[in-house]
Amino acid sequence: MQPNLEPAAPAAPVSLKLDAPGPRQRLMELLPPLNVLGPLVALLVAGAFFASQTDRFLSGQNFSLILQQVMVVGVIAIGQTLIILTAGIDLSCGMAMALGSVVTTKFAVDYGIHPYAAVLCGMAVCVLIGFINGALVTSIKLPPFIVTLGTMNIAFAVTQIYSQAQTVTGLPDALTFFGNTFHIGQTSITYGTVLMLALYLLTWLFLRETAPGRHLYAVGNNPEAARLTGIATSRVLVGVYMMAGVFYGIAALLSVARMGVGDPQAGQTDNLDSITAVVLGGTSLFGGRGAILGTLVGVLIVGVFRNGLTLMGVPSVVQILVTGVLVILAVATDQLTHKKG
Amino acid sequence: MDTPDTIFKARGLVKRYGGVTALDGTDFDLRAGEILAVIGDNGAGKSSLIKALSGAVIPDEGELHLDGQAVRFKSPIDARRHGIETVYQDLAVAPAMTIAENLFLGRELLRPGVLGRWLRLIDKQRMLTEAEGHMRDLKIGIRSMKQAVGTLSGGQRQGVAVARSTAFAKHVVILDEPTAALGVKEGNMVLELIRRVRDRGLPVILISHNMPHVFEIADRIHIQRLGKRVAVVDPKHISMSDTVAVMTGAKEVDDLPEQARA
Repeated sequence: MQPNLEPAAPAAPVSLKLDAPGPRQRLMELLPPLNVLGPLVALLVAGAFFASQTDRFLSGQNFSLILQQVMVVGVIAIGQTLIILTAGIDLSCGMAMALGSVVTTKFAVDYGIHPYAAVLCGMAVCVLIGFINGALVTSIKLPPFIVTLGTMNIAFAVTQIYSQAQTVTGLPDALTFFGNTFHIGQTSITYGTVLMLALYLLTWLFLRETAPGRHLYAVGNNPEAARLTGIATSRVLVGVYMMAGVFYGIAALLSVARMGVGDPQAGQTDNLDSITAVVLGGTSLFGGRGAILGTLVGVLIVGVFRNGLTLMGVPSVVQILVTGVLVILAVATDQLTHKKG
Repeated sequence: MDTPDTIFKARGLVKRYGGVTALDGTDFDLRAGEILAVIGDNGAGKSSLIKALSGAVIPDEGELHLDGQAVRFKSPIDARRHGIETVYQDLAVAPAMTIAENLFLGRELLRPGVLGRWLRLIDKQRMLTEAEGHMRDLKIGIRSMKQAVGTLSGGQRQGVAVARSTAFAKHVVILDEPTAALGVKEGNMVLELIRRVRDRGLPVILISHNMPHVFEIADRIHIQRLGKRVAVVDPKHISMSDTVAVMTGAKEVDDLPEQARA
């Protein structure tokens, strides 16, 4: 490269001033960012639409039902969000959940292990799958899409072989506790939905307020910068996949509680459903941008659409079509805003 | 050359990549409180030298001394622990994160007591206040530390990266081509910023292709050629064209007047 011999312009006596925030910018800081606000508006618009179409939509009991319908995929989507924030993706989540629920129920029913211990075993299996995913992604640097495609099939096959494709029945009460309900006035609320909301709150605090939570964002946003500032990026990644496993394990328990059986056929669409929810919630597939509460909104959007369209008597195939359109809209928005930023 | 105020020194550094010798026994001296520019043609071993000094590569031979102590860096993190901060050309910032978060990336301030030690809760308020303090020290006018770095201009991002390194550097700040991607005005702002870093007592190693910038700001200029240090010159007593002549090998060091050497 030729050295630049042009004489330097006289040094400007200016400091690197940032633009002072105007009232508009200050207002923007108070409001949630656009990627959270957008989905929230979409949810409210969808709610208003269905409320105007069917008078059965707007009731406490129906909202409670929507929450109950989304609680399994809702908890899976928490794990999915953590992984997508690191610019990864997890296709194995639903199959891990199914294996976890089969292990939990078979351990408790067939081997007579204490239900709590059985739950821990199911969770351990999910965390192990997460560990395998994370280890393969970080040590051999395989793309998460391929790794989790592989572990998805492995987990599915193991689930079928281990359960001999039979549902596990005759569960102890402890395993179905989260499917029970309590009442506030006329509305019956499922314990599992409360657990789901509590997990969202905890994850929100974790991501916002803790150092590991911020490292997770940094690893997704600029892994090289994260590494150079001393963040152990591989450890963060493996930790994230294992943590997602914990959420899949909890989802397994919720699935068991909701259906009252250990079902080896469960979770087969949960990978795409959870990714849909994450993307609808405004989290970028490129990593580093997004918010966990956005995912909750995304989960609710899917739930509200399914519920509302069902109440309107729209066939379920059309519901799948609508979800597909929603996902493409959300990904397109992500792509366009990412290019700009 | 080994003056008492030498703070960071290298002797006989060798680095080979296969058959290519990038560093061929090069020396290096940085004195306290100075801006030392490192220049050299492409392939002169400039970036290998900087990487060896910042821990990014481990030299095959030779030794490093920091504050009179022999040191070996196994990684950039290791060098950082010794108080040597590097601002990389691509700045190594996370654009979606705020200025305050970037300043403390990987070194977050934790809440006192159990909340910090066990739950690893970060102290956002203290990070904001301290970040503002660091930016103010360098006279970088910042209103909101909550702004995402991705929304800043190139010069402002450079300001954030420099502020981060000076906030934590105990001994040395290394700046790799800090003005390369900037326009004239912002380039000059960054030069001013580098002076302020030096005036706060931190010695600065500046790698640059931009001769006018080097001559405007450097106290001494280290000229690297063919994997060796061929000269250290005083920009006040040598012309730009003579410096380039030494750098490219058109002129020998012995041809220079005595006072040009530093």
